[in-house]
Amino acid sequence: MSLLQLPRFGNARPWVQTAVLRPELGSLVAAALLLMFFSIASSGAMLEIPTIARVLDTAWPYGIIAVAVGLLMISGEFDLSTGVMVGTAGALLGVMATEWGMNLWLALLLSLLICLALGLWNGVLVVWTGLPSFVITLGTFFGLRGANVALSKYFTGDALIENIDDAAGFDSLHSIVATVFGTAPSDFRVSLLWWGGFTLIATWILWRTKIGNWIFATGGDREAARAVGVPVNGTKIGLFMLTAGAAWFVGVSNAVRYTSVQAGQGVGAEFFYIIAAVVGGCAMSGGRGSAIGPAIGALIWGIAFVGIPHAGWNSDWRWAFYGVLLLLATLINHIVGERVRTARSG
Amino acid sequence: MTTDQSTPAADETTIDPAAQAEVPVLEVRGLGKRFGSVQALEDVDVSLRAGEVTCVVGDNGAGKSVFIKMLCGLIRPSEGEILLDGLPTEFTSPRQARSLGIVAVYQDLALAPMMSLWRNFFMGGEPVKGWGIFQRFDVGYAKEAMQSELEKLGVNLGDPDRAAHTLSGGERQGLAIARAMYYGARVLILDEPTSALGVRQSGAVLRLIRRAAQRGTAVILVTPKPQHAFWVGDRFLVFQRGRLVEDRPSETLTLESLSYLMAGGGEVDELESAIATA
Repeated sequence: MSLLQLPRFGNARPWVQTAVLRPELGSLVAAALLLMFFSIASSGAMLEIPTIARVLDTAWPYGIIAVAVGLLMISGEFDLSTGVMVGTAGALLGVMATEWGMNLWLALLLSLLICLALGLWNGVLVVWTGLPSFVITLGTFFGLRGANVALSKYFTGDALIENIDDAAGFDSLHSIVATVFGTAPSDFRVSLLWWGGFTLIATWILWRTKIGNWIFATGGDREAARAVGVPVNGTKIGLFMLTAGAAWFVGVSNAVRYTSVQAGQGVGAEFFYIIAAVVGGCAMSGGRGSAIGPAIGALIWGIAFVGIPHAGWNSDWRWAFYGVLLLLATLINHIVGERVRTARSG
Repeated sequence: MTTDQSTPAADETTIDPAAQAEVPVLEVRGLGKRFGSVQALEDVDVSLRAGEVTCVVGDNGAGKSVFIKMLCGLIRPSEGEILLDGLPTEFTSPRQARSLGIVAVYQDLALAPMMSLWRNFFMGGEPVKGWGIFQRFDVGYAKEAMQSELEKLGVNLGDPDRAAHTLSGGERQGLAIARAMYYGARVLILDEPTSALGVRQSGAVLRLIRRAAQRGTAVILVTPKPQHAFWVGDRFLVFQRGRLVEDRPSETLTLESLSYLMAGGGEVDELESAIATA
């Protein structure tokens, strides 16, 4: 049988192809360049073990949530309630363990269920109302921001919940979420393994399961996906629960690690997760991205956070740096997106 | 390692033309559709046979789109019946019709632009292997099955990892038709597949349509272009003002007579005489 070669109208440049198929490559290059830059600017101090330990310790909480936020973004949605959800999870664990004398493992399970329920709330509301998830989760953000502090004060009389280490089950839980390897300042938390493991599992789900295909399809062309039988709504709701679950993990890890919880924490962090996902190559309009990209995006934040003071600059420049990075990454994503649109032809 | 995937049309069974010719795949009797007081389509009798390309032609508003929408479950008929393999059947939704092997491919083909070809090909019907939490998208199988389906139609789309947005219009049609064939389409409905294409790509798509018919599919082709219809069609259904006015095999037609029918046939004569007498 002779093969019929259809005429090609391939006016898409190879780099656009690569950017579409491997969206995290740009962030990987950026991370490497930044590391080189700060190594030179800090006369090599950037590459010492204690500095690397600090970079990773800064990055992991952002990394875990950014990976989940990245998957949600690929499906075409946003979650602004992830930052305060960290505070919610910590405060729930703290109140249950210190005020109600609950075993920490039970408190862990209950706080997870509540956070997942909040994620379900976000997802169901987005799917049912059809309103932008930006608005729905902004509402959840403000609701939780108020509730976190108000309820903490109601139950404990203070927005700071302390002495979590007195609760039953602390030692076993601490060993799982907050064990330290090495001695300060060259210390590495077990959290890094959780971060790496979660990133790998998310990558696996995204690239090698049918749920991953549904995530891409949902964000790529929702109507097309629905028409061929992809459970579009279920995929979105599941991902909102995943972001809530990721925030829960970071919240309880920190509560156990520091043995105290500031109920007002996490406000503003939601932007970092979104920035990390965008810097990692996830398209704000959905349909494109990876799980490893957001993890690299969080790593870039860690490099800048630690590198800027090491280079001898005022550490306030971190914020400006991250703002510029967000703009650049979004611009690149936008250009790729435009190329994709114009590359289509009759 | 277990391989668990539905392969409706994976192996090409040989079709016995004699047996196929006896019972039409799809038959409609007295089919009609009324929208309020408007009779959009009235009393249509047609039978579609496997391996035939049936061209549906007619003016705007002649009823051809209502006709194909009823065949693919998008709208329900007001009167008449549809028989699948000789048995009365009701099509309640496009999805239900598709599960019975009636697949419509529309101009706005359902493809996610950023996804690779094989991801698009299996969207919503992903083949999996393994079980429990180890169940995974069988990527190797997906790529091979897509390539073999494309090869059967004689289409070469190159790297299966290409993103769908890089496909040309003709290639998109090729992918969509191959996809329909993979899912076991027995009746393939194509709504103006060549309308947005240049000459070379149109030719390629028409050849695909022929190949699909050769493999035993009943193809329904809606097209406003007589040249395209004449080259590919075995039968021609001409609709006029909500009625089926001609049902002719291609042997009885020339390109000129087909163009005449498609341009409105008797209406043209009427119009000419109306102009002459005015």
